[in-house]
Amino acid sequence: MINSGDTAWVLASAALVLFMTPGLAIFYGGMVRAKSALNMMMMSFAAIGVTTIIWVLYGYSLTFGTSQGGLIGDFSHLGLSGTLDQVVGAEGHQIPTVAFAMFQLTFAIITVALLSGAIADRAKYGSWVLFVAVWVTLVYIPIAHWAFASQGGNGGWIIDKLGALDFAGGTVVEINSGAAALALALVLGKRDGFRRDPMRPHNMPLVLLGAGMLWFGWFGFNAGSALSAGSLAATAMINTQIASAAASMSWILFEKYRDGKATTLGVASGAIAGAVVITPACGYINPLGALLLGLIAGVAACYAVSRKYKFGYDDSLDVVGVHGIGGVIGMLGIGLLATQTVNDTGQEGLFINGSFELLTHQVIAIVAVAAFSFTATWLIATAISRTIGFRVLRDDELTGLDTTYHAESAYDITGNSNRY
Amino acid sequence: MKLITAIVKPSKVDDIKRALQADGVHGMTVSETRGFGRQKGHTEIYRGAEYTVDFIPKVRIEVLADDADCDHIVDLIVTTANSGSIGDGKLWVTPVETVVRIRTGERGSDAL
Repeated sequence: MINSGDTAWVLASAALVLFMTPGLAIFYGGMVRAKSALNMMMMSFAAIGVTTIIWVLYGYSLTFGTSQGGLIGDFSHLGLSGTLDQVVGAEGHQIPTVAFAMFQLTFAIITVALLSGAIADRAKYGSWVLFVAVWVTLVYIPIAHWAFASQGGNGGWIIDKLGALDFAGGTVVEINSGAAALALALVLGKRDGFRRDPMRPHNMPLVLLGAGMLWFGWFGFNAGSALSAGSLAATAMINTQIASAAASMSWILFEKYRDGKATTLGVASGAIAGAVVITPACGYINPLGALLLGLIAGVAACYAVSRKYKFGYDDSLDVVGVHGIGGVIGMLGIGLLATQTVNDTGQEGLFINGSFELLTHQVIAIVAVAAFSFTATWLIATAISRTIGFRVLRDDELTGLDTTYHAESAYDITGNSNRY
Repeated sequence: MKLITAIVKPSKVDDIKRALQADGVHGMTVSETRGFGRQKGHTEIYRGAEYTVDFIPKVRIEVLADDADCDHIVDLIVTTANSGSIGDGKLWVTPVETVVRIRTGERGSDAL
C-alpha cells in the first residue's frame, strides 16, 4: 500500500536535489575566472546528462540490486526493469521504487558534479565527460551500495554489517567527493599561476545565488532522506537550517579574526560547510548538536581550505576542505552525539551512553570510503591522463576554456565580444 | 594647447571633477586603468593566502587646456588629488598640435 504523503515528499525532494546541481554550476561558475565560467557550468551539466543515462541503464541496478557480499548490487534491474510496479520502505511508509530510484539518481549526479571544482579551468571537456561515466560506475556506485543499500542485514557492508550511521550521504557524497577531488587535483596538477595570482571569483553575486540554490535544495537532500514525511524529516530539515546558518557565521567570524575581512565567499562557503557537516548527522542528533557541529564546521573548513596553499595542491574551489573535512566532522559527530530520542532506528554516541562502539564504526566507514575513493579516482584519472589526456594545452588554459572549448563567452560585454 | 594627463586614486575622482567644474573647465575624459609606480603594487590576503597585486586600480583623467590655463588646472588637480600618502599617482603635460570639434569643424582654441 503506497503512502501518498511520503511519496509526495520524496518526489518533491528528488526535484529539490536535482535543482542543487544547476545551483552548483552557478556557485562554481561564479567562483572561477570569467574566461572559463561556462566551462565550469558545463561540467555540472555533463554530470546530469551522463549520470542519468548510466543510472537508468545499470547504475540503479548495481547500486540497489541484490547485494553481492555487501560490496555491489547485481544486474537484476537493468534499464530499471522490474521496478515500475514495486515499492520500497517500511509497512505503512511505502513509496514507489521508481520514486526512490529518481531520488537516489539526483545524489549520484551532484556527487560527481562536485568533483569538477577541484580541476577548474584546466580539464579537457571530453575527458571530463568520460571521467564522469567511469567514476560513477567504479567509485560512486560501489560506495553508494555500501552505505545506502539496506537489505535486511544482507545489503551494503557499511549500513548492514558494520552498522555505521550515515543519514543522507556523509560518506557517499561528502567524504567520497572530498577524497576523489584530492586525487583529481593531484593528477591534473596546478593551474598556471596558482599561488602567484589570487584567481579571485569573477562574479560573487552568482556564487551567492548558487549557494542559495544549494541551501534550498539541501532540504530535499537531508529531509528527503527520511523517505517519509514525518517528524524525522522535520528534524532533519531544521537541523540542516541550524547547521548551515551557524557555519556561515562561524566561518566569517574566524576569517575576520584571521584575515581581517569577512568575505562574501566566506559566508557562502560557510553555509555549504554547515549543510555538509549535518548531512550524515541530521537524522540522528538533536538541534543543539546541529548548532555545535555547524559552528565547528565553519571554523574547521575555513582553516582547511587555506591548507592547500601550504601543501601545494590546487583543489581550485575547495572540494577537499569543505566537503571532505565537513563530511569527516559530521560522521565523527554522529559517533559522539547520536541519540535515539531523535531516531529510534539509530544508535547512541559516546557522549550519550559512554560507549566507543558507534564512534569506532564511524571511523572505519570514514577511512574505508576515503581510501577507496582516493585510490580508485587516482587510478581512473591517471589512466585517462596517460591515454586521451586530461589536461588542456597551456595556451587554451591561458586564453580560457570558454572560447577554446565551447566557442562561447559568458559575458559578451568584455573585450572579447563582437560588438564592433 | 596642452593635454594634461593625471593618474589618480579612484577615491579622488569626484573631488577633482567638482573642483574642475567649479573652475569652469571645458571638459574632461576619465577611464579606469591599472598600473604601478614606485610603490610597486601591494600585498593582500584572500581566503587565507597572501598575494602580491602588481597592478593597482587607478583612474586616468585627461583634460585639454589652453596654454594660459594649463598651470592653474595642473595645480588644481594636484592639490585636490594629494592625500599625502603613497600611491597618490602622477600627472604630466604634453603639447597638443591641434584640436578639432567634430560637429562644427572648429579648430584650435575655439574647439576647446
